[in-house]
Amino acid sequence: MAQMTMIQAITDAMRTELRNDPNVLVFGEDVGVNGGVFRATEGLQNEFGEDRVFDTPLAESGIGGLAVGLSLQGFRPVPEIQFFGFVFEVMDSIAGQLARLRYRSGGRYTAPVTIRSPFGGGVHTPDMHADSLEGLMAQTPGVKVVIPSTPYDAKGLLISSIRDNDTVIFLEHMKLYRSFRQEVPEEEYTIPLGKADVKREGKDISIITYGAMVHESLKAAEELEKEGYSAEVIDLRTVSPLDIETIVASVEKTGRAIVVQEAQKQAGIAATVVAEINDRAILSLEAPVLRVAAPDTVFPFPQAETVWLPNYKDVIETAKKVLTY
Amino acid sequence: MASKTKLTPADVVAHLAKIEDQFETLQILNEEGEVVNESAMPNLSNEQLQELMRRMVYTRILDQRSISLNRQGRLGFYAPTAGQEASQLASQFALEQEDFILPGYRDVPQIIWHGLPLYQAFLWSRGHFEGMKVPEGVNVLHPQIIIGAQYVQTTGVALGMKKRGTKAVAVTYTGDGGSSQGDFYEGINFAGAYKAPAIFFIQNNKFAISTPVEKQTAAKTLAQKAVSAGIPGIQVDGMDPLAVYVATRDARERAINGEGPTLIETLTYRYGPHTMAGDDPTRYRTADLDNEWEKKDPLVRFRKFLEKKGLWNEEQESEVIEQAKDDIKEAIKKADAAPKQKVTDLMSIMYEEEMPQNLKEQYELYKAKESK
Repeated sequence: MAQMTMIQAITDAMRTELRNDPNVLVFGEDVGVNGGVFRATEGLQNEFGEDRVFDTPLAESGIGGLAVGLSLQGFRPVPEIQFFGFVFEVMDSIAGQLARLRYRSGGRYTAPVTIRSPFGGGVHTPDMHADSLEGLMAQTPGVKVVIPSTPYDAKGLLISSIRDNDTVIFLEHMKLYRSFRQEVPEEEYTIPLGKADVKREGKDISIITYGAMVHESLKAAEELEKEGYSAEVIDLRTVSPLDIETIVASVEKTGRAIVVQEAQKQAGIAATVVAEINDRAILSLEAPVLRVAAPDTVFPFPQAETVWLPNYKDVIETAKKVLTY
Repeated sequence: MASKTKLTPADVVAHLAKIEDQFETLQILNEEGEVVNESAMPNLSNEQLQELMRRMVYTRILDQRSISLNRQGRLGFYAPTAGQEASQLASQFALEQEDFILPGYRDVPQIIWHGLPLYQAFLWSRGHFEGMKVPEGVNVLHPQIIIGAQYVQTTGVALGMKKRGTKAVAVTYTGDGGSSQGDFYEGINFAGAYKAPAIFFIQNNKFAISTPVEKQTAAKTLAQKAVSAGIPGIQVDGMDPLAVYVATRDARERAINGEGPTLIETLTYRYGPHTMAGDDPTRYRTADLDNEWEKKDPLVRFRKFLEKKGLWNEEQESEVIEQAKDDIKEAIKKADAAPKQKVTDLMSIMYEEEMPQNLKEQYELYKAKESK
């Protein structure tokens, strides 16, 4: 075991898979000698060579095309999109091509690609760096969307993503990269995709969340406990496909739920979670399922992040609304 | 940059003209089937020359029958190919089986001659998932509908070949309109930067649906776009099978020798509409232009060339035509016999691993519906 930040755990996962499988290739803008703009690929080119870990020209769509083509030659590409706000440049390669390769070819070809990309607010990045765009991806049949919130989850989920034989979008929250350390096993281990994790058990209300909002929700849960409420915090870990079983089991136990996301209310995946609960557990509900989400504006100018981004106070407020409904 | 004196506007224009001068059209056979460029003649055996003609005639018949079958409602999406036989088939003729083709939506003939069974091409036209379940060992992708996407993907395939150390090339096709896409530039530029073994074709048939090539770009040739990627570009007479063959073969040679990609512009024409989905070329093309290009028909000039060599006659041609018609009939029958698609089929080709829970539930639902 070692104390690792999330970024170290991510590097460790890539190192593990580069060692395990000669088909794994890591590429993107400045991921080679520079080790990535966040040092996520630090030391990898040195250890595995330029043939395995390499820089690309500055063009996201070209990077996506490279991933498709390398898949067709039997490689297991792990490309990086420097910031997920730049995904619009590569939407066709992801949603129009990678997601459909197996289906279009009747199963003849496959795209075992893991697209890594940082996102998320709270670190005062310039425009188009921090937007939460996982909702766009979650609406795309053919891709899985994974969002870890801890170093331990990040390593196990990234190894699973790289080993998955279909395309996975692996979104890394920038605020969580180095915000805390956690015990992470040095050996390889996997965490199944599509499986949520109960980060805190409770019996009065289910708080269903992912990404940086997991930590806001845990903080809120502590505060709520002081007031006598026991909140269960579910970290989705994979936002597409959803772990319906874990969500429903929790809601059936608590009878109340909120869904917490950093994305705007009209975006993200909270609406899907609410719909699934309504479909499957309405008879268990003591109150409607409410959402904590950002306002439906464009992502804020950096100085406005603090007033715009949802935080633990919003979680407490919404949880109380549901608890006292 | 070197310490050159600042260019005056006149110099800039002269500089552009100098670039354009480098993209003369390569031609070997003229419209009369006469060899006008002996030194560029490819070294093809008599049998190879006959086989190339056979494929061109066959594909012309395939086009005629496809249009007719489409009108009868026995085929779906179809993009006519008549006129482009030299451009499509002489280029494919220069490839080896291990080469990988990433076609555009009009490039079904190339992947058929590369090994895709005809009935599967028909199933693709109709919209059936068995259509592009390409047989093992046939190195082709489905026809790409998103114009330009095949270019960036080709670079990936070519880079993969380079990494594997395979002596093979990745080959792709787009049209004149497609050369305006961002992915077009990104594709050739990445391939250049990685020195990847790729051949990029622009089949310039003058029109992107109704938009003439002059409205795509002010560039005099499309081949000169290679300059932006720092790779060789060549413009060839796309109605001349021998010129297309030579250009492709040379590009392949350079590529497998590790010298990087080439952009080839073939000047060609489509005699038919853009697609069979209601496009009417008389709205935007004059009869004069059609006539002018019909005189350049690749079949006419190659037939004359071969006849003069005593390598082709009417009898051989009718044999090919009959063979093509028979094959097409058989293939349509085989396509008719393909089982109807079920929603559960579509679900089962989404993921390799176990279906995610949402799909699993929907699968059960549709399985129940289908068993009724």
